[in-house]
Amino acid sequence: MLLFVFFLVLPLFIGSRFWLGFWTTTLFFALLGQSWNILGGYGGQVSFGHAVFFGTGAYVSAVLQVRFGLDAWTSAALAVAAGALVGAFVGALSFRYGLRGSYFALVTLAFAEVFRVLVNAWDFTGSGFGMLVPMKPGAANLQFADRTWFYYMIFVLAVLAYAITWRVERSRFGAYLLAIRENEDAARALGIDAFRIKLAAITLSGAMAAVAGVFYIQYYLFVDSHLGYGPAMSVNALLAPLIGGAGTVLGPLIGAVALGALAELTSLLLGKEPGVNLLAFGVLLLVILRFLPNGLMGLLKRAQRGSS
Amino acid sequence: MAVLEARGIVRRFGGLLAVSDASLEAQPGRITALIGPNGAGKTTLFAIVAGFLKPDGGSVRFDGRETTGMAPHRICRLGLVRTFQIVQPFGALSVRENIAVGAHLHERRRARALEEAEGIARQVGMEAQLDRPAEGLTIAGRKRLELARALATRPKLLLLDEVMAGLTPTEVGEIVAVIKRIRDSGVTILLIEHAMQAVMSLSDDIYVLNQGRIIAHGAPRDIASNPQVVEAYLGSRAVHA
Repeated sequence: MLLFVFFLVLPLFIGSRFWLGFWTTTLFFALLGQSWNILGGYGGQVSFGHAVFFGTGAYVSAVLQVRFGLDAWTSAALAVAAGALVGAFVGALSFRYGLRGSYFALVTLAFAEVFRVLVNAWDFTGSGFGMLVPMKPGAANLQFADRTWFYYMIFVLAVLAYAITWRVERSRFGAYLLAIRENEDAARALGIDAFRIKLAAITLSGAMAAVAGVFYIQYYLFVDSHLGYGPAMSVNALLAPLIGGAGTVLGPLIGAVALGALAELTSLLLGKEPGVNLLAFGVLLLVILRFLPNGLMGLLKRAQRGSS
Repeated sequence: MAVLEARGIVRRFGGLLAVSDASLEAQPGRITALIGPNGAGKTTLFAIVAGFLKPDGGSVRFDGRETTGMAPHRICRLGLVRTFQIVQPFGALSVRENIAVGAHLHERRRARALEEAEGIARQVGMEAQLDRPAEGLTIAGRKRLELARALATRPKLLLLDEVMAGLTPTEVGEIVAVIKRIRDSGVTILLIEHAMQAVMSLSDDIYVLNQGRIIAHGAPRDIASNPQVVEAYLGSRAVHA
Protein backbone atom coordinates (compact mmCIF):
# COMPACT_ATOMS: atom_id res chain seq x y z
CA MET A 1 0.00 0.00 0.00
CA LEU A 2 2.78 2.35 0.99
CA LEU A 3 4.62 1.44 -2.18
CA PHE A 4 1.49 2.09 -4.22
CA VAL A 5 1.22 5.62 -2.88
CA PHE A 6 4.95 6.16 -3.32
CA PHE A 7 4.83 5.28 -7.01
CA LEU A 8 1.54 7.15 -7.48
CA VAL A 9 2.87 10.50 -6.30
CA LEU A 10 6.43 9.96 -7.44
CA PRO A 11 6.21 12.09 -10.63
CA LEU A 12 5.11 15.11 -8.58
CA PHE A 13 8.53 15.19 -6.98
CA ILE A 14 10.57 14.43 -10.02
CA GLY A 15 11.91 17.51 -11.71
CA SER A 16 14.11 15.97 -14.32
CA ARG A 17 13.23 14.01 -17.39
CA PHE A 18 16.09 11.69 -16.57
CA TRP A 19 14.62 10.45 -13.31
CA LEU A 20 11.16 10.10 -14.82
CA GLY A 21 12.72 7.88 -17.48
CA PHE A 22 14.58 5.95 -14.79
CA TRP A 23 11.43 5.13 -12.85
CA THR A 24 9.49 4.38 -16.02
CA THR A 25 12.02 1.78 -17.13
CA THR A 26 12.26 0.43 -13.59
CA LEU A 27 8.52 -0.22 -13.54
CA PHE A 28 8.79 -1.71 -17.01
CA PHE A 29 11.39 -4.22 -15.79
CA ALA A 30 9.31 -4.83 -12.69
CA LEU A 31 6.38 -5.78 -14.94
CA LEU A 32 8.49 -7.99 -17.20
CA GLY A 33 10.07 -9.60 -14.13
CA GLN A 34 6.66 -10.30 -12.63
CA SER A 35 5.61 -12.16 -15.76
CA TRP A 36 8.66 -14.38 -15.39
CA ASN A 37 8.03 -14.71 -11.66
CA ILE A 38 4.57 -16.26 -12.10
CA LEU A 39 5.98 -19.14 -14.11
CA GLY A 40 9.53 -19.36 -12.78
CA GLY A 41 9.23 -18.04 -9.23
CA TYR A 42 5.93 -19.62 -8.20
CA GLY A 43 5.74 -22.51 -10.64
CA GLY A 44 9.45 -23.36 -10.64
CA GLN A 45 9.48 -23.59 -14.43
CA VAL A 46 12.59 -21.57 -15.18
CA SER A 47 12.34 -19.92 -18.58
CA PHE A 48 15.45 -18.71 -20.32
CA GLY A 49 13.56 -17.32 -23.28
CA HIS A 50 10.93 -14.98 -21.95
CA ALA A 51 11.76 -12.68 -24.85
CA VAL A 52 9.59 -14.98 -26.96
CA PHE A 53 6.51 -13.57 -25.20
CA PHE A 54 7.82 -10.03 -24.83
CA GLY A 55 8.86 -9.84 -28.47
CA THR A 56 5.52 -11.23 -29.60
CA GLY A 57 3.75 -8.45 -27.70
CA ALA A 58 5.94 -5.76 -29.24
CA TYR A 59 5.97 -7.17 -32.77
CA VAL A 60 2.28 -8.08 -33.05
CA SER A 61 1.32 -4.62 -31.86
CA ALA A 62 3.76 -2.93 -34.24
CA VAL A 63 2.80 -5.04 -37.26
CA LEU A 64 -0.94 -4.53 -36.67
CA GLN A 65 -0.48 -0.78 -36.43
CA VAL A 66 1.94 -0.36 -39.30
CA ARG A 67 0.88 -3.02 -41.79
CA PHE A 68 -2.85 -3.24 -41.06
CA GLY A 69 -3.52 0.30 -39.90
CA LEU A 70 -5.24 -0.89 -36.75
CA ASP A 71 -5.51 1.56 -33.85
CA ALA A 72 -3.08 1.21 -30.97
CA TRP A 73 -5.67 0.00 -28.45
CA THR A 74 -6.97 -2.87 -30.57
CA SER A 75 -3.43 -3.78 -31.56
CA ALA A 76 -2.43 -3.84 -27.91
CA ALA A 77 -5.32 -6.16 -26.98
CA LEU A 78 -4.55 -8.52 -29.86
CA ALA A 79 -0.84 -8.45 -29.03
CA VAL A 80 -1.52 -9.51 -25.45
CA ALA A 81 -3.78 -12.29 -26.74
CA ALA A 82 -0.96 -13.36 -29.06
CA GLY A 83 1.44 -13.45 -26.09
CA ALA A 84 -0.97 -15.72 -24.23
CA LEU A 85 -1.31 -17.92 -27.29
CA VAL A 86 2.44 -18.27 -27.76
CA GLY A 87 2.67 -19.08 -24.04
CA ALA A 88 0.06 -21.79 -24.36
CA PHE A 89 1.77 -23.16 -27.46
CA VAL A 90 5.26 -23.33 -25.93
CA GLY A 91 3.77 -24.75 -22.73
CA ALA A 92 1.66 -27.37 -24.46
CA LEU A 93 4.64 -28.63 -26.42
CA SER A 94 7.23 -28.68 -23.66
CA PHE A 95 5.03 -29.76 -20.74
CA ARG A 96 3.29 -32.46 -22.78
CA TYR A 97 6.67 -34.07 -23.31
CA GLY A 98 7.51 -33.71 -19.63
CA LEU A 99 10.38 -31.26 -20.05
CA ARG A 100 11.60 -30.02 -16.69
CA GLY A 101 14.45 -27.94 -15.31
CA SER A 102 17.24 -27.09 -17.70
CA TYR A 103 15.52 -28.88 -20.59
CA PHE A 104 12.55 -26.57 -20.30
CA ALA A 105 14.89 -23.56 -20.01
CA LEU A 106 16.70 -24.59 -23.19
CA VAL A 107 13.47 -25.11 -25.12
CA THR A 108 12.21 -21.62 -24.23
CA LEU A 109 15.56 -20.18 -25.29
CA ALA A 110 15.31 -22.08 -28.56
CA PHE A 111 11.80 -20.75 -29.21
CA ALA A 112 12.96 -17.17 -28.67
CA GLU A 113 15.86 -17.72 -31.07
CA VAL A 114 13.59 -19.23 -33.73
CA PHE A 115 11.28 -16.22 -33.51
CA ARG A 116 14.25 -13.86 -33.63
CA VAL A 117 15.58 -15.46 -36.80
CA LEU A 118 12.12 -15.48 -38.39
CA VAL A 119 11.29 -11.81 -37.83
CA ASN A 120 14.82 -10.94 -38.90
CA ALA A 121 14.37 -12.76 -42.20
CA TRP A 122 10.85 -11.69 -43.07
CA ASP A 123 10.21 -8.36 -44.84
CA PHE A 124 6.71 -8.26 -43.44
CA THR A 125 8.16 -7.91 -39.94
CA GLY A 126 10.72 -5.38 -41.08
CA SER A 127 13.53 -7.95 -41.42
CA GLY A 128 16.90 -6.56 -40.32
CA PHE A 129 15.60 -2.97 -40.17
CA GLY A 130 13.02 -3.59 -37.48
CA MET A 131 9.59 -2.08 -37.12
CA LEU A 132 9.12 1.65 -36.71
CA VAL A 133 5.74 2.89 -35.47
CA PRO A 134 5.04 6.43 -36.70
CA MET A 135 4.88 9.04 -33.98
CA LYS A 136 1.34 10.36 -33.54
CA PRO A 137 0.90 11.63 -29.98
CA GLY A 138 -2.61 11.32 -28.58
CA ALA A 139 -4.47 9.07 -26.16
CA ALA A 140 -6.20 7.33 -29.07
CA ASN A 141 -2.78 6.22 -30.30
CA LEU A 142 -1.45 5.37 -26.83
CA GLN A 143 1.33 7.89 -27.38
CA PHE A 144 2.01 10.82 -25.14
CA ALA A 145 4.02 13.95 -25.74
CA ASP A 146 4.23 14.41 -21.98
CA ARG A 147 6.41 11.57 -20.66
CA THR A 148 4.57 11.67 -17.32
CA TRP A 149 1.67 9.91 -19.04
CA PHE A 150 3.93 7.06 -20.04
CA TYR A 151 4.97 6.78 -16.43
CA TYR A 152 1.32 6.47 -15.42
CA MET A 153 0.67 3.98 -18.19
CA ILE A 154 3.37 1.61 -16.94
CA PHE A 155 2.30 2.36 -13.37
CA VAL A 156 -1.25 1.18 -14.05
CA LEU A 157 -0.05 -1.91 -15.96
CA ALA A 158 2.39 -2.83 -13.21
CA VAL A 159 -0.23 -2.34 -10.48
CA LEU A 160 -2.56 -4.66 -12.41
CA ALA A 161 0.15 -7.29 -12.79
CA TYR A 162 1.07 -7.11 -9.11
CA ALA A 163 -2.59 -7.28 -8.08
CA ILE A 164 -3.05 -10.40 -10.22
CA THR A 165 0.05 -11.99 -8.69
CA TRP A 166 -1.16 -11.09 -5.20
CA ARG A 167 -4.46 -12.81 -5.96
CA VAL A 168 -2.69 -15.85 -7.42
CA GLU A 169 -0.57 -16.19 -4.29
CA ARG A 170 -3.71 -16.44 -2.19
CA SER A 171 -5.61 -18.86 -4.41
CA ARG A 172 -5.75 -22.59 -4.94
CA PHE A 173 -4.05 -22.05 -8.29
CA GLY A 174 -1.11 -20.41 -6.50
CA ALA A 175 -0.92 -23.18 -3.90
CA TYR A 176 -0.85 -25.75 -6.69
CA LEU A 177 1.91 -23.85 -8.50
CA LEU A 178 4.07 -23.87 -5.37
CA ALA A 179 3.34 -27.56 -4.83
CA ILE A 180 4.48 -28.33 -8.38
CA ARG A 181 7.60 -26.22 -7.90
CA GLU A 182 8.48 -28.01 -4.67
CA ASN A 183 7.71 -31.55 -5.79
CA GLU A 184 5.81 -32.40 -8.93
CA ASP A 185 5.33 -36.09 -8.17
CA ALA A 186 3.90 -35.41 -4.74
CA ALA A 187 1.62 -32.80 -6.32
CA ARG A 188 0.30 -35.30 -8.85
CA ALA A 189 -0.29 -37.85 -6.10
CA LEU A 190 -2.51 -35.30 -4.37
CA GLY A 191 -4.77 -34.92 -7.37
CA ILE A 192 -3.12 -31.95 -9.09
CA ASP A 193 -3.24 -31.95 -12.87
CA ALA A 194 0.31 -30.62 -13.17
CA PHE A 195 0.10 -30.22 -16.94
CA ARG A 196 -2.98 -28.01 -16.79
CA ILE A 197 -1.68 -25.86 -13.95
CA LYS A 198 1.65 -25.28 -15.67
CA LEU A 199 -0.13 -24.52 -18.92
CA ALA A 200 -2.32 -21.94 -17.19
CA ALA A 201 0.77 -20.37 -15.59
CA ILE A 202 2.74 -20.07 -18.82
CA THR A 203 -0.30 -18.64 -20.61
CA LEU A 204 -0.75 -15.97 -17.94
CA SER A 205 2.99 -15.35 -17.93
CA GLY A 206 3.05 -15.01 -21.72
CA ALA A 207 0.19 -12.52 -21.68
CA MET A 208 1.88 -10.45 -18.97
CA ALA A 209 5.21 -10.37 -20.82
CA ALA A 210 3.34 -9.31 -23.96
CA VAL A 211 1.85 -6.41 -21.99
CA ALA A 212 5.43 -5.31 -21.29
CA GLY A 213 6.12 -5.68 -25.02
CA VAL A 214 3.12 -3.52 -25.88
CA PHE A 215 4.30 -0.82 -23.52
CA TYR A 216 7.79 -1.03 -24.98
CA ILE A 217 6.61 -0.45 -28.55
CA GLN A 218 4.42 2.51 -27.53
CA TYR A 219 7.26 4.02 -25.50
CA TYR A 220 10.15 3.57 -27.93
CA LEU A 221 8.10 3.26 -31.17
CA PHE A 222 10.75 0.88 -32.44
CA VAL A 223 11.62 -2.79 -32.15
CA ASP A 224 13.99 -5.03 -34.04
CA SER A 225 14.74 -8.71 -33.77
CA HIS A 226 17.49 -8.29 -31.14
CA LEU A 227 15.54 -5.90 -28.95
CA GLY A 228 12.39 -7.99 -29.19
CA TYR A 229 13.50 -11.60 -29.27
CA GLY A 230 17.18 -11.37 -28.30
CA PRO A 231 18.58 -13.12 -25.23
CA ALA A 232 19.18 -9.80 -23.49
CA MET A 233 15.44 -9.36 -22.85
CA SER A 234 15.17 -12.96 -21.64
CA VAL A 235 17.93 -12.27 -19.14
CA ASN A 236 16.29 -9.00 -18.09
CA ALA A 237 13.08 -10.90 -17.38
CA LEU A 238 14.70 -13.28 -14.94
CA LEU A 239 17.30 -10.98 -13.33
CA ALA A 240 14.86 -8.78 -11.42
CA PRO A 241 12.90 -11.61 -9.77
CA LEU A 242 16.03 -13.65 -9.02
CA ILE A 243 17.74 -10.70 -7.35
CA GLY A 244 14.64 -9.39 -5.64
CA GLY A 245 13.28 -12.76 -4.57
CA ALA A 246 11.59 -15.29 -6.83
CA GLY A 247 8.19 -16.53 -5.75
CA THR A 248 7.31 -13.37 -3.82
CA VAL A 249 4.92 -10.66 -5.00
CA LEU A 250 7.31 -7.75 -4.48
CA GLY A 251 10.53 -9.55 -5.42
CA PRO A 252 10.60 -8.45 -9.07
CA LEU A 253 9.94 -4.81 -8.12
CA ILE A 254 12.70 -4.75 -5.53
CA GLY A 255 15.01 -6.48 -7.96
CA ALA A 256 14.20 -3.98 -10.71
CA VAL A 257 14.90 -1.04 -8.41
CA ALA A 258 18.18 -2.59 -7.27
CA LEU A 259 19.25 -3.31 -10.85
CA GLY A 260 18.28 0.16 -12.04
CA ALA A 261 20.22 1.78 -9.21
CA LEU A 262 23.22 -0.46 -9.88
CA ALA A 263 23.17 0.37 -13.58
CA GLU A 264 23.21 4.10 -12.84
CA LEU A 265 25.89 3.65 -10.22
CA THR A 266 28.21 1.73 -12.51
CA SER A 267 27.83 4.19 -15.35
CA LEU A 268 28.54 6.98 -12.87
CA LEU A 269 31.63 5.29 -11.45
CA LEU A 270 32.97 3.42 -14.41
CA GLY A 271 31.70 5.46 -17.29
CA LYS A 272 29.32 4.49 -20.03
CA GLU A 273 31.46 1.77 -21.57
CA PRO A 274 29.04 -0.71 -23.10
CA GLY A 275 28.90 -3.95 -21.16
CA VAL A 276 30.20 -2.56 -17.87
CA ASN A 277 26.73 -2.55 -16.31
CA LEU A 278 26.21 -6.13 -17.51
CA LEU A 279 29.41 -7.11 -15.76
CA ALA A 280 28.12 -5.48 -12.57
CA PHE A 281 24.77 -7.31 -12.95
CA GLY A 282 26.62 -10.59 -13.31
CA VAL A 283 28.66 -10.00 -10.18
CA LEU A 284 25.55 -8.96 -8.22
CA LEU A 285 23.69 -12.04 -9.40
CA LEU A 286 26.54 -14.32 -8.33
CA VAL A 287 26.75 -12.67 -4.93
CA ILE A 288 22.97 -12.92 -4.45
CA LEU A 289 22.75 -16.54 -5.55
CA ARG A 290 25.67 -17.44 -3.27
CA PHE A 291 24.62 -15.58 -0.14
CA LEU A 292 20.92 -14.81 -0.56
CA PRO A 293 19.23 -17.68 -2.37
CA ASN A 294 15.86 -16.08 -1.59
CA GLY A 295 16.91 -12.71 -2.97
CA LEU A 296 16.59 -9.33 -1.30
CA MET A 297 13.11 -10.27 -0.07
CA GLY A 298 14.72 -13.13 1.87
CA LEU A 299 17.06 -10.61 3.46
CA LEU A 300 14.13 -8.35 4.39
CA LYS A 301 12.21 -11.25 5.94
CA ARG A 302 15.27 -12.31 7.93
CA ALA A 303 15.75 -8.75 9.18
CA GLN A 304 12.07 -8.59 10.16
CA ARG A 305 12.29 -11.84 12.08
CA GLY A 306 15.52 -10.68 13.70
CA SER A 307 14.01 -7.44 14.99
CA SER A 308 10.70 -8.87 16.23
CA MET B 1 -17.06 -56.15 -2.84
CA ALA B 2 -13.42 -55.16 -2.85
CA VAL B 3 -12.57 -51.45 -3.03
CA LEU B 4 -9.42 -52.28 -4.95
CA GLU B 5 -8.85 -55.20 -7.25
CA ALA B 6 -5.53 -55.70 -9.01
CA ARG B 7 -5.52 -58.66 -11.39
CA GLY B 8 -2.48 -60.31 -12.94
CA ILE B 9 -0.24 -57.25 -12.82
CA VAL B 10 2.98 -57.57 -14.82
CA ARG B 11 5.74 -54.97 -15.00
CA ARG B 12 9.19 -55.21 -16.52
CA PHE B 13 12.15 -52.85 -16.24
CA GLY B 14 14.30 -53.78 -19.21
CA GLY B 15 15.14 -57.44 -18.68
CA LEU B 16 14.05 -57.46 -15.05
CA LEU B 17 10.61 -58.79 -14.24
CA ALA B 18 9.73 -56.57 -11.25
CA VAL B 19 6.14 -57.72 -10.82
CA SER B 20 4.87 -60.90 -12.40
CA ASP B 21 1.22 -61.87 -12.39
CA ALA B 22 0.45 -60.31 -9.01
CA SER B 23 -3.17 -60.04 -7.85
CA LEU B 24 -4.53 -58.52 -4.69
CA GLU B 25 -7.68 -57.04 -3.22
CA ALA B 26 -8.39 -54.52 -0.50
CA GLN B 27 -11.66 -55.02 1.37
CA PRO B 28 -13.59 -51.93 2.50
CA GLY B 29 -12.93 -50.65 5.99
CA ARG B 30 -10.01 -52.99 6.57
CA ILE B 31 -6.25 -52.69 6.74
CA THR B 32 -4.54 -54.83 4.14
CA ALA B 33 -0.77 -55.21 4.27
CA LEU B 34 1.65 -55.98 1.48
CA ILE B 35 4.91 -57.39 2.82
CA GLY B 36 7.96 -59.03 1.34
CA PRO B 37 11.75 -58.83 1.27
CA ASN B 38 13.60 -55.86 -0.25
CA GLY B 39 13.30 -55.71 -4.00
CA ALA B 40 10.19 -57.90 -4.06
CA GLY B 41 8.31 -55.35 -6.16
CA LYS B 42 6.03 -53.86 -3.49
CA THR B 43 6.64 -50.21 -4.33
CA THR B 44 6.37 -50.97 -8.06
CA LEU B 45 2.99 -52.57 -7.50
CA PHE B 46 1.91 -49.51 -5.48
CA ALA B 47 3.08 -47.15 -8.19
CA ILE B 48 1.04 -49.09 -10.75
CA VAL B 49 -2.09 -49.02 -8.63
CA ALA B 50 -1.73 -45.24 -8.09
CA GLY B 51 -1.08 -44.55 -11.77
CA PHE B 52 2.59 -43.56 -11.52
CA LEU B 53 3.67 -46.53 -13.64
CA LYS B 54 1.82 -48.27 -16.42
CA PRO B 55 1.64 -52.06 -16.13
CA ASP B 56 2.82 -54.26 -19.00
CA GLY B 57 -0.09 -56.55 -18.28
CA GLY B 58 -3.06 -56.98 -15.98
CA SER B 59 -5.77 -54.61 -14.79
CA VAL B 60 -6.64 -52.45 -11.81
CA ARG B 61 -10.18 -51.73 -10.68
CA PHE B 62 -10.87 -49.16 -8.00
CA ASP B 63 -14.27 -48.47 -6.53
CA GLY B 64 -15.98 -50.35 -9.36
CA ARG B 65 -14.12 -48.49 -12.09
CA GLU B 66 -11.37 -49.57 -14.43
CA THR B 67 -8.34 -47.41 -13.58
CA THR B 68 -5.54 -49.25 -15.38
CA GLY B 69 -3.07 -46.74 -16.81
CA MET B 70 -5.08 -43.70 -15.65
CA ALA B 71 -3.09 -40.54 -14.73
CA PRO B 72 -2.27 -40.24 -10.99
CA HIS B 73 -4.26 -37.04 -10.48
CA ARG B 74 -7.38 -38.62 -11.95
CA ILE B 75 -7.04 -41.70 -9.77
CA CYS B 76 -6.58 -39.43 -6.77
CA ARG B 77 -9.79 -37.58 -7.63
CA LEU B 78 -11.63 -40.90 -7.59
CA GLY B 79 -10.48 -41.32 -3.99
CA LEU B 80 -7.26 -43.31 -4.08
CA VAL B 81 -4.21 -41.55 -2.68
CA ARG B 82 -0.69 -42.78 -2.05
CA THR B 83 2.21 -41.71 0.15
CA PHE B 84 5.83 -42.09 -0.87
CA GLN B 85 8.37 -44.40 0.74
CA ILE B 86 11.01 -41.73 0.20
CA VAL B 87 9.12 -38.81 1.68
CA GLN B 88 8.32 -35.99 -0.74
CA PRO B 89 7.45 -32.89 1.29
CA PHE B 90 6.89 -29.47 -0.29
CA GLY B 91 10.03 -28.34 1.52
CA ALA B 92 9.70 -24.56 1.42
CA LEU B 93 6.05 -24.64 2.49
CA SER B 94 4.87 -24.83 6.08
CA VAL B 95 3.20 -27.94 7.47
CA ARG B 96 -0.15 -26.15 7.27
CA GLU B 97 0.40 -25.21 3.62
CA ASN B 98 1.54 -28.74 2.80
CA ILE B 99 -1.63 -30.27 4.19
CA ALA B 100 -3.80 -27.58 2.60
CA VAL B 101 -2.59 -28.69 -0.85
CA GLY B 102 -4.31 -32.01 -0.18
CA ALA B 103 -7.44 -30.30 1.17
CA HIS B 104 -7.69 -28.18 -1.98
CA LEU B 105 -8.81 -31.30 -3.84
CA HIS B 106 -12.32 -30.72 -2.56
CA GLU B 107 -12.08 -27.14 -1.28
CA ARG B 108 -11.44 -24.30 -3.68
CA ARG B 109 -11.18 -21.51 -1.10
CA ARG B 110 -7.71 -20.95 0.30
CA ALA B 111 -8.79 -19.89 3.78
CA ARG B 112 -11.02 -22.94 4.21
CA ALA B 113 -8.32 -25.32 2.99
CA LEU B 114 -5.82 -23.85 5.46
CA GLU B 115 -8.39 -24.16 8.22
CA GLU B 116 -9.07 -27.76 7.32
CA ALA B 117 -5.33 -28.45 7.41
CA GLU B 118 -5.36 -27.59 11.11
CA GLY B 119 -7.93 -30.25 11.85
CA ILE B 120 -6.00 -32.87 9.90
CA ALA B 121 -2.77 -31.90 11.67
CA ARG B 122 -4.51 -32.51 14.98
CA GLN B 123 -5.59 -35.96 13.81
CA VAL B 124 -2.00 -37.01 13.15
CA GLY B 125 -0.51 -35.15 16.11
CA MET B 126 1.23 -32.34 14.24
CA GLU B 127 -0.67 -29.35 15.60
CA ALA B 128 2.45 -28.01 17.31
CA GLN B 129 4.37 -27.87 14.04
CA LEU B 130 1.75 -26.18 11.86
CA ASP B 131 3.84 -23.14 10.98
CA ARG B 132 7.18 -24.91 10.67
CA PRO B 133 8.64 -25.30 7.19
CA ALA B 134 8.41 -28.93 6.09
CA GLU B 135 12.13 -29.12 5.34
CA GLY B 136 12.92 -28.63 9.02
CA LEU B 137 10.95 -31.68 10.18
CA THR B 138 12.49 -34.88 11.52
CA ILE B 139 11.98 -38.14 9.63
CA ALA B 140 9.08 -39.01 11.91
CA GLY B 141 7.55 -35.60 11.26
CA ARG B 142 7.93 -35.98 7.50
CA LYS B 143 6.29 -39.41 7.57
CA ARG B 144 3.37 -37.96 9.48
CA LEU B 145 3.16 -35.11 7.03
CA GLU B 146 2.93 -37.56 4.10
CA LEU B 147 0.07 -39.21 5.91
CA ALA B 148 -1.65 -35.93 6.78
CA ARG B 149 -1.44 -34.56 3.24
CA ALA B 150 -2.90 -37.77 1.81
CA LEU B 151 -5.63 -37.80 4.43
CA ALA B 152 -6.59 -34.22 3.61
CA THR B 153 -7.78 -35.31 0.16
CA ARG B 154 -10.52 -37.32 1.95
CA PRO B 155 -9.64 -40.63 0.31
CA LYS B 156 -11.66 -43.83 0.19
CA LEU B 157 -8.45 -45.84 -0.09
CA LEU B 158 -5.13 -44.85 1.43
CA LEU B 159 -1.90 -46.42 0.14
CA LEU B 160 0.83 -46.12 2.76
CA ASP B 161 4.36 -46.95 1.61
CA GLU B 162 6.53 -47.69 4.67
CA VAL B 163 5.32 -44.86 6.88
CA MET B 164 6.99 -46.56 9.86
CA ALA B 165 10.45 -47.10 8.38
CA GLY B 166 13.17 -45.27 10.26
CA LEU B 167 11.02 -44.46 13.28
CA THR B 168 11.78 -45.26 16.91
CA PRO B 169 9.54 -47.84 18.65
CA THR B 170 7.68 -45.04 20.44
CA GLU B 171 7.05 -43.21 17.19
CA VAL B 172 5.89 -46.46 15.57
CA GLY B 173 3.43 -46.95 18.40
CA GLU B 174 2.05 -43.45 17.88
CA ILE B 175 1.63 -43.82 14.14
CA VAL B 176 -0.01 -47.25 14.54
CA ALA B 177 -2.63 -45.61 16.73
CA VAL B 178 -3.14 -42.89 14.11
CA ILE B 179 -3.58 -45.47 11.32
CA LYS B 180 -6.09 -47.42 13.39
CA ARG B 181 -8.10 -44.27 13.97
CA ILE B 182 -8.10 -43.55 10.24
CA ARG B 183 -9.35 -47.09 9.55
CA ASP B 184 -12.06 -46.70 12.18
CA SER B 185 -13.25 -43.52 10.47
CA GLY B 186 -14.10 -45.67 7.46
CA VAL B 187 -11.05 -45.30 5.22
CA THR B 188 -9.76 -48.49 3.62
CA ILE B 189 -5.99 -48.87 3.98
CA LEU B 190 -3.40 -50.76 1.98
CA LEU B 191 0.09 -50.55 3.37
CA ILE B 192 3.61 -51.70 2.65
CA GLU B 193 5.62 -52.28 5.79
CA HIS B 194 8.83 -53.84 7.02
CA ALA B 195 8.17 -53.51 10.73
CA MET B 196 6.72 -56.99 11.18
CA GLN B 197 5.44 -56.51 14.68
CA ALA B 198 3.42 -53.49 13.62
CA VAL B 199 2.10 -55.29 10.55
CA MET B 200 0.94 -58.27 12.59
CA SER B 201 -0.89 -56.16 15.13
CA LEU B 202 -2.34 -53.72 12.61
CA SER B 203 -3.45 -55.73 9.59
CA ASP B 204 -6.67 -57.60 8.97
CA ASP B 205 -5.28 -59.22 5.86
CA ILE B 206 -1.76 -59.81 4.55
CA TYR B 207 -0.29 -60.44 1.11
CA VAL B 208 3.32 -61.59 0.77
CA LEU B 209 5.19 -60.59 -2.35
CA ASN B 210 8.47 -62.28 -3.28
CA GLN B 211 10.40 -61.77 -6.51
CA GLY B 212 7.38 -60.14 -8.09
CA ARG B 213 4.88 -62.88 -7.18
CA ILE B 214 2.28 -63.13 -4.47
CA ILE B 215 3.39 -66.24 -2.56
CA ALA B 216 0.94 -66.11 0.30
CA HIS B 217 -2.28 -64.43 1.37
CA GLY B 218 -4.18 -64.71 4.64
CA ALA B 219 -4.77 -63.51 8.17
CA PRO B 220 -1.68 -62.41 10.17
CA ARG B 221 -1.61 -65.64 12.22
CA ASP B 222 -1.55 -67.88 9.14
CA ILE B 223 1.12 -65.80 7.44
CA ALA B 224 3.52 -65.98 10.40
CA SER B 225 3.46 -69.78 10.31
CA ASN B 226 3.51 -70.18 6.52
CA PRO B 227 6.73 -72.04 5.58
CA GLN B 228 6.98 -70.34 2.19
CA VAL B 229 6.95 -66.94 3.86
CA VAL B 230 9.57 -67.92 6.39
CA GLU B 231 11.69 -69.21 3.54
CA ALA B 232 11.35 -65.98 1.58
CA TYR B 233 12.48 -63.94 4.56
CA LEU B 234 15.12 -66.17 6.10
CA GLY B 235 16.27 -68.43 3.24
CA SER B 236 15.52 -72.09 2.66
CA ARG B 237 17.97 -73.50 5.21
CA ALA B 238 16.08 -71.89 8.05
CA VAL B 239 13.02 -73.95 7.14
CA HIS B 240 14.80 -77.30 6.91
CA ALA B 241 16.83 -76.79 10.05
